[in-house]
Amino acid sequence: MLRVIGKRIALIIPTLIGLSLLLFIWVRSLPGGPATALLGERATPEAIAQINEAYGFNRPILEQYFTYMGRILTGDFGISIETGRPVLEEFARRFPATIELSVVALIFAIGIGIPLGYIAAKYYGKAPDHISVVVSLIGITIPVFFLAFILKWVFAVQLGWFPPDGRQDSRIDATHATGFWVLDGFLTGEYDAAWDAFMHLVLPGIALGTIPLAIIVRITRASVLEVSGADYVRTARAKGVLERTVRDRFILRNAMLPVVTTIGLQVGLLISGAVLTETVFAFSGIGRFLSQAIFARDFPVLQGFILFIAVLYAVINLLVDLSYSVIDPRVRVK
Amino acid sequence: MSTVLPPGPASNLTPEPPSAAAVDHGSSLWGAAFRRLRRNPQAIAGTIIVALFVLVAILAPVLAPYGGDALPGRGEIRPTFIPGIGELAAYPLGLDRFGGDVLSKLIWGARASLIIGLVSTALGLAGGMLIGLVSAAFGGWVDNVLMRFIDILLSIPNLLLAVSIAAVLGQGATAIMIAIGASQVPVFARLLRSSMLQQNNSDYVLAAQTLGLSRRTITMSHVLPNSIGPVVVQGTLSLATAVIDAAALSFLGLGGGRPQTAEWGRMLTYAQNELAIAPQLAFLPGICIAITALGFTLFGEALREALDPRSRRG
Repeated sequence: MLRVIGKRIALIIPTLIGLSLLLFIWVRSLPGGPATALLGERATPEAIAQINEAYGFNRPILEQYFTYMGRILTGDFGISIETGRPVLEEFARRFPATIELSVVALIFAIGIGIPLGYIAAKYYGKAPDHISVVVSLIGITIPVFFLAFILKWVFAVQLGWFPPDGRQDSRIDATHATGFWVLDGFLTGEYDAAWDAFMHLVLPGIALGTIPLAIIVRITRASVLEVSGADYVRTARAKGVLERTVRDRFILRNAMLPVVTTIGLQVGLLISGAVLTETVFAFSGIGRFLSQAIFARDFPVLQGFILFIAVLYAVINLLVDLSYSVIDPRVRVK
Repeated sequence: MSTVLPPGPASNLTPEPPSAAAVDHGSSLWGAAFRRLRRNPQAIAGTIIVALFVLVAILAPVLAPYGGDALPGRGEIRPTFIPGIGELAAYPLGLDRFGGDVLSKLIWGARASLIIGLVSTALGLAGGMLIGLVSAAFGGWVDNVLMRFIDILLSIPNLLLAVSIAAVLGQGATAIMIAIGASQVPVFARLLRSSMLQQNNSDYVLAAQTLGLSRRTITMSHVLPNSIGPVVVQGTLSLATAVIDAAALSFLGLGGGRPQTAEWGRMLTYAQNELAIAPQLAFLPGICIAITALGFTLFGEALREALDPRSRRG
C-alpha cells in the first residue's frame, strides 16, 4: 500500500514542476513584467528598480527560476498588493471558510445526488427517471452565479428565511479559534453562533452544490443501470439474496467507483464555483478573495492561488485513487 | 457485427440493445445520425432554441429597438426607481440603472454571446485538434511531452485558467475569447487523441497499411475523419460552456469596455446592486444565458446519442 502511495506521489511531481514553470513564464509575460505584477500598476520606476534588484529579476533567467522555486518551496508566495500581507497568510485565514462551504455543498450534492440517481435508475424510463434527467439538465446549464442570485432573492430578500450575505451576523460576538466558524461555535459552547454560521452556509452551499449534484445524479444513474444488468446481480437474485443486500452490496458498492471518481473531479468545479458563489453572497472565503484579486489585478495572489489549487487538485485525485482500493479490493490486487 | 465505437466524453455506461434506428444499412454514419436526430424530441427542442438564438443574434440590428450601448431612457431613471417590465410603453422590458433599454440589450447580448461562443470554441477546437492530432500521429516522446503539458493545464480549473490568460492579455472581448478557447484546448486534445488511437487499431487501418498507403494518407484521410465524431459532440457542448464562462468572466470584471455594453454577464454584474429594487435586471439576462446553454446542451447530447446509439442515457 505504501509503495502504491509513493508511486502516485512521484507521478504528481513532474506535473507540479511543469506547472511552476508555466506560472513562472506567466508572471513574466504579464503586462509590465514581474516587478509591476508584484507592486501593482501604479508603481514608481524607483520602486520597480528596487524590486528588480531585491528579487533578482535582472539576473539570468535560469537563476531566476531556481530562486523562484526556492521561495515557493519555503512557502513564500509573495505579498498581496491589496492587503500588504503575505499571500500564504491571507489564504490560511480564508481557507477554512471555503472548506466549510465546500463541505456543505458536497453533502448537499452527494446526499441528494446518489439517492436520486439510484431512484432514477430503478424506475428507468418512468416518471422519477424523467424528473431526474430534467433536474440534472437544469443543474448543468444554469450559471452558478445566476442560481446564487435566484436563491438569494427568493429565500433571503423575499422570504427572509436565510441571511443574504456574510459568514455570521456581525452582532454576534463569537470566539473564532479554528477558523471553521460552525465548529468554533460547538467547541466554545456558543451554539447560537454555530447555528448562525450554519444558516449563512445554506444558500451558498446549495448554489455551489447544484452542478456537482447534477453530475452525480447522471453518473450514479448510468452506473447503477449498468451494474444492475450484470450477471452477478441476476445470479444473486436467483439464489434468493435479500433485495436490500443486493442493493447495498451488489449494486451500490460496485456502482460507486465511477461516482467516487466524479466526486473527486468536482473539486476543480467547486473552486471555480466558489469564486462566483462567494462573490454573490459576500462570503469571505478564498473564492471571494480571488475575485477581488482579479478586480484589483493582485497578481501575487492570483499566482499563489493557481499553484495552491493545482496542488490541492493533485492531492485530492491521489486520495480518490487510493479510495478505489477500499471500495474495490480488485484494485488492491492489481 | 458490433464494432467498438469510441466512447463519448461521458463514457457509455449504459449498454442498450441497438435500437431499430441504429441498424441502418447502406448509409453513412452522419446520414444515419441525422435521421435519428430528426426523431429525437430532445434534439428538436435543442435545435429550435439554438436556431432562435442564432436568428436573434444575426437580426439584432433589425429586431432591437435601440443600439447595444445606447441609453435612450436616461431621463426616466431615479436613484430609488428603475422602470420594470411593462411600466413604460416605450421600453417593454424596462430600463437598467444606466437608462439602457433592457430588451435591446438582451438582443444585442445574444449577438455578443454567439460571437464569443463561436470564436472561442473554434479556437479551442483548432488548438486542441492540432495537439491531439500531432500526439496521436507521432506517438512516442512527442505524445508524452504534449500529454504531460495537457495534464498540467487540466490541473488548473477551467475558469481559473481563463482568468490567468485574460490577466496576461488584458481586459476585453478578444481576451475573453482567447482565454475561453485556450481553456478548452485540453479537452479537445485528449478526446481526439484517444479517439484516433482507438481507430488506429481498426481493421481498415491494417488494410490500408497492407495496401501500402503512406502513414500520412492513412492518418489524414482515414483515421482523422473517423475519429472526429466525439470531438464534434464536445464542440457543441463546449458552446454551452463558452456562453456560461464568457458570462462568468464578464461577471468577474474581465470584460473591459464600458459598463453599459450589451453583454449578458455584464448585465448580471451591474444587476447585483439593484437586486432589491429591480430583480428583473438579473433574471432576464440570467434566463437568456441558461436557455442558450440548455439549447446547445440538448443538441449536443442528442448528437452524441445519434452518432453512438449505445451511449444513450435517456
